[in-house]
Amino acid sequence: MIRFLLRKFGLLIPTFIGVSIIAFAFIRLLPGDPITLLAGERGVSAERYEALQAAYGFDKPIIVQYVNYLGDILQGDFGTSIVTKRPVLEEFMQLFPATLELSICAIILATAIGIPAGILAAVRRGSFTDQSIMGVALVGYSMPIFWWGLLLIILFSGVLQWTPVSGRISLLYYFPQVTGFMLIDSLLSGQAGAFKSAVSHLILPTIVLATIPLAVIARQTRSAMLEVLSEDYVRTARSKGLGPFRVIGLHALRNALIPVVTTIGLQVGVLLAGAILTESIFSWPGIGKWMVDSVFKRDYSVVQGGLLLIAGMIMLVNLLVDLVYGLINPRIRR
Amino acid sequence: MTDTSQIVEEDLEHVEEHAGPARRGRLGEFWYYFSQNRGAVTGLVVFTIIVLVALFAPLIAPHSPSLQNRDAFLVPPFWQEGGNAAYILGTDAVGRDILSRLIFGARFSLFIGVFVVVLAMTTGIIIGLIAGYVRGWVDTAIMRVMDVILAFPSLLLALVLVAILGPGLLNAMIAIALVLQPHFVRLTRASVMSERNREYVISSRVAGAGVFRLMFITILPNCMAPLIVQGTLSFSNAILDAAALGFLGMGAQPPTPEWGTMLAEAREFILRAWWVVTFPGLAILVTVLAINLMGDGMRDALDPRLKKS
Repeated sequence: MIRFLLRKFGLLIPTFIGVSIIAFAFIRLLPGDPITLLAGERGVSAERYEALQAAYGFDKPIIVQYVNYLGDILQGDFGTSIVTKRPVLEEFMQLFPATLELSICAIILATAIGIPAGILAAVRRGSFTDQSIMGVALVGYSMPIFWWGLLLIILFSGVLQWTPVSGRISLLYYFPQVTGFMLIDSLLSGQAGAFKSAVSHLILPTIVLATIPLAVIARQTRSAMLEVLSEDYVRTARSKGLGPFRVIGLHALRNALIPVVTTIGLQVGVLLAGAILTESIFSWPGIGKWMVDSVFKRDYSVVQGGLLLIAGMIMLVNLLVDLVYGLINPRIRR
Repeated sequence: MTDTSQIVEEDLEHVEEHAGPARRGRLGEFWYYFSQNRGAVTGLVVFTIIVLVALFAPLIAPHSPSLQNRDAFLVPPFWQEGGNAAYILGTDAVGRDILSRLIFGARFSLFIGVFVVVLAMTTGIIIGLIAGYVRGWVDTAIMRVMDVILAFPSLLLALVLVAILGPGLLNAMIAIALVLQPHFVRLTRASVMSERNREYVISSRVAGAGVFRLMFITILPNCMAPLIVQGTLSFSNAILDAAALGFLGMGAQPPTPEWGTMLAEAREFILRAWWVVTFPGLAILVTVLAINLMGDGMRDALDPRLKKS
C-alpha cells in the first residue's frame, strides 16, 4: 500500500511541474508586454521600466526566472493581485470556503438523489421508471447549466419570489467570518433569520451546480448495478432466499459502489468548471467568479496564481480518490 | 462468454474488415442495433432537422438575423398578449427576430461542433498513434503533457487560453479543441497498445509494411469504434463549451447570433422578457440532447460487450 501511495505521488510531480510551467508561461504568452501588464501602469519611463524589470526578475535568464517562480510557489508566494495589491493566496483562501460550501452541498444533493435513482433504474430495468429516470438523466447531462440557472431565477426568484437572485446572504445580516461557511457562521451568529437567509441563497446555485454530477452519478450507478446484478454471487444470495432489499442493499450495492465512488471523486473538476458558470450567474463570491472577473479585469497575476492553485487542488483530490479506490479495491494496488 | 471465443470473434471481424462485401454487413449490423434504440433514432431525426435548418437558414428564416426593427422592441411570442404573428418567438431588446437568429445560430453551433471535433480528433489520433506505437520516452512525455492538460477544469483552461489568444469564436474553438484532445490521445493510445501485438499486425509487418502503413492503414481502422463514440460526445461538449464561453463574453462576439452569446445579451432582461432567455438555451439543450442520444445509441451498437446486455 505504501509503495502504491508513493508511486501515485511520484506521478504527480511531473504533472505539477507541467502545470507550473503553464502558469509560468501564461503571463509571458499574453499579448502585450508582461512587465507593463503586471505593474498595471501605463506610460512608464525607461528607468521605471528597468526597475520594474528587475523587481519582477524579468532581467534574468528564463530558466532562472522559472526556478525562482517555483521557489516562490513552494514558499506559498503565488504573486500579488494587480488590482487589489493583496497576495493571491490570501484572496484564494478567503473566497475558497464559498466555493467549497456550494460544492459540498451540490455533491451531497447529487449523490443523495443520483445513487438511489440509479439503483431504482437498474432494478426496474427496461420499465417505464427506468426509461424516465434515464431520460431525465440524459437531459441533465446535456444541460447548458448557465441557461438552467437563468430559468430557475425566472421561475423561483421572478415569478414565485421564493428565493433571492444573488449573493450568499441578505445584506441585513452582518457577522464575522469564523469558518467561512455561511451556513455555520450564520448559526453561530445567533441572529434570527440569518440561517434561513443563507439557506435560501444557497438553494438555486446548489441545484444548478448539482445537475451534471447528478446525471453522471445516476447513469454510472445504473450501469455498475446492472453489471453486479448479473453476477453469480448475487444469484446465490437470491437463491438462498434473501429478500430483495438485503440482496440489493447489502450484496450488490457494496460492489457496485466502487466505480461510483471514483466517479464522484472525478466530479471535482466538473464542479469547479461548473462553479465558474454557476458563481457568475448567482454572483456567488467564490473562486469561480473570482477567476472570471480577474480575466475581465486583466488581473493576470490572479489568473496565474488561481490556475495553479485550482489545478493543484484537483490533482490532490484525484490522488485522494486513487487512494480510496486502492483501499476499497486491493486488486488495483499492483 | 469466455475470453478465447471473444478473441476468435474479434479476429473474424478483422478478417471481415478487409473483405469488401462483408463491410456492408458490418454497417448493416451497426444500423440494426442503432435502429433498435428508440432514443437514438429520435436523436438522429432531430439532428437531421437541425442540419437541414442550418443548411437552408436563409430560405427558412422569416427575417434577417441582424435586422433591427425600431418599432418592435421586446415583442413577446405570438401566443402571448401583445405578441405579433410576424415574430413567432418574439424579438429581442433591439428588435431582432429571435426565431431568425436561432435559425442562423444553428449554423454556428454545428460549425463549432464539426471544427472542434475534426481538429481535436485528427491531432489526438496522430499523437495517440505515435505514443502507442513508438512507446518509450516519447510515450511517457506525451502522456505527461496530456495529464497536465487534464489537470485543469476544461472550461477554466479554455477561458485562460482565450484570454491569451483574444476573445472570438475562432480562438474559442481552438481552445476547446485543445482541451478536448487529450481524451482522443488516451483512447487511441490504449487501443493501439492492445492491437499492435495482434497476429494481423505482426503478419502485416512481416510482409514488409512500413511504419506509416502499419499505424494508419493496419491498426487505426480497428481502433475507430471508441473514437467515433468519443467524437460524438466531444461534438456536444464543444457546443456546450462554446456556448458557455459565448455566455461569459469570451466566445463569439455580439451581434453574432451564436446561442450562448444571445443568452449573454439577454441576461439583463431575464425578469422582464422571459422569451429572450428561454429560446436560445432551449435550442442548445435540444441540439446537445439529440447528439448525446445518438452517441448513446452508437456506443451500444458499436460496443460488442454491451450488445447482449
